[in-house]
Amino acid sequence: MRTHPRLPVLEADPAAESRRRFLKAAAGGAALAALAACKPGAVVEELTRRSFQELKPDDRKALLARLEKKYSEQYGKAVTVSGAPPMPKVNFAYGLDLSRCIGCRRCVYACVKENNQSREHPQIQWIRVLQMDKEHGVDLTHATPYYDPELVPELGHFYMPTQCQQCRHPPCTKVCPVKATWKEPDGIVVIDYDWCIGCRCCTAACPYGARKFNWAEPKLPASEMNPVTHYLGNRPRPKGVVEKCTFCIQRSRVGRYPACVEICPVGARKFGNLLDPQSEIRQVMDRKRVFVFKEELATEPQFYYFYAT
Amino acid sequence: MGFSRRLLLCSAGLLAAVPLWGGAAEGKAPAPSEASLEPPAGALDIQAEPPPFSEGIFPCSQCHDRAGDPKPRQLAFHDEIQAGLHHGPPSRWCLDCHDNAKRDFLHLISGELVPFTDSYRLCGQCHGDKYRDWRLGVHGKRVGMWNGLKTYYLCVNCHSPHSPKFKALKPLPPPVPPQDQGFTATPLAAPAHEEKAP
Repeated sequence: MRTHPRLPVLEADPAAESRRRFLKAAAGGAALAALAACKPGAVVEELTRRSFQELKPDDRKALLARLEKKYSEQYGKAVTVSGAPPMPKVNFAYGLDLSRCIGCRRCVYACVKENNQSREHPQIQWIRVLQMDKEHGVDLTHATPYYDPELVPELGHFYMPTQCQQCRHPPCTKVCPVKATWKEPDGIVVIDYDWCIGCRCCTAACPYGARKFNWAEPKLPASEMNPVTHYLGNRPRPKGVVEKCTFCIQRSRVGRYPACVEICPVGARKFGNLLDPQSEIRQVMDRKRVFVFKEELATEPQFYYFYAT
Repeated sequence: MGFSRRLLLCSAGLLAAVPLWGGAAEGKAPAPSEASLEPPAGALDIQAEPPPFSEGIFPCSQCHDRAGDPKPRQLAFHDEIQAGLHHGPPSRWCLDCHDNAKRDFLHLISGELVPFTDSYRLCGQCHGDKYRDWRLGVHGKRVGMWNGLKTYYLCVNCHSPHSPKFKALKPLPPPVPPQDQGFTATPLAAPAHEEKAP
């Protein structure tokens, strides 16, 4: 008999109240029973509400307040969940100087810390640093993320960090069957974790490997949890949803640089508003040799690689 | 970032530097003709404080109260700096950058004195391309607000002026490959959609 690998999604937590389980129950004709078993009020509202984009301001405020209460109790600290909208006349872009990056992975771990990724089992990292051969240039057939020498940079190699490229034509949002992921007016591609059904079509559609799936309940120690969160960004994620880089939406939408920009020990990372001619990213684009990753796919990333030297 | 900061008040293209040390008050503001020697533009920008000197070493005039022997030679004091001096040709000598008569200052090739807080002007004399990029935010690092108040790092915040080439770093751990994340069901025996036995 032919054998198949069993997908390792873990047993559902009976205490969890998720929209998915509700719908499943409803399909089985047990909707009323499920509702009766739930805590009334907030939970019913949660299960029957409209999507984040469609919510009226008051409902959105109430939703964020509910989440703040839930996370604060869960993690034992005052957690804020922002719903900050895009700033007017702002379109974000990112620049990464390949002639400077030394592959030290400081950005990877600053991102994990800032954005509340699962630390292990599953280990989720939004940034992946590829080591490549200088001899071959930017060539994925000569690239590895698993390099681990005593010291970097290594002779004959260069390093190309990859993360969500915030495409202008994102293949990932087109394939989502439930509109749980979309591109915001400021250029950030976001995910509503409450709406994601975990089908992973987006993960398959992304040509950059930027989207990560929570195969198990994320492991986020309360002591390491960053309490400053955004609904569409670094708030805690449940099992079974997809996540990815959001240009640190909780930071960038209040004017701050993303965490990876601030940690980089060699200043290889640039960030700013494409619509501001004085911004650092525009200075880069005006003066340096700039390219986008996999240009031939016409995804038109808002993430630019460049060589300053 | 643990750097304490000081504010640069920019007005009409002139710099009024708040002195960090007693001896630095004489730092000359650049003349209008030297507009290209300004730090990064932007009235809200904050300059990162230069890295601290070894304890007790500044002001240099504590010991160097008058001009010393300008001839290049093997030093008895500061010998560790001389041994670790890897910047430009071997003929590089302390007084190429440090001022002999006023030891609490650096000097440009023109002879103009420059306080340690404005050392980027000295670096820019040779590294003009990097200096130009740095002023625009293309080279170097800035932290804070992309649309407002930010701290820009000086050349010497990242590069040791005596040995400016970056030292190699220990990389943080590589990612765990998918097959080692502990999700591979063992043994892979049952069909994926087989109903569980009751």
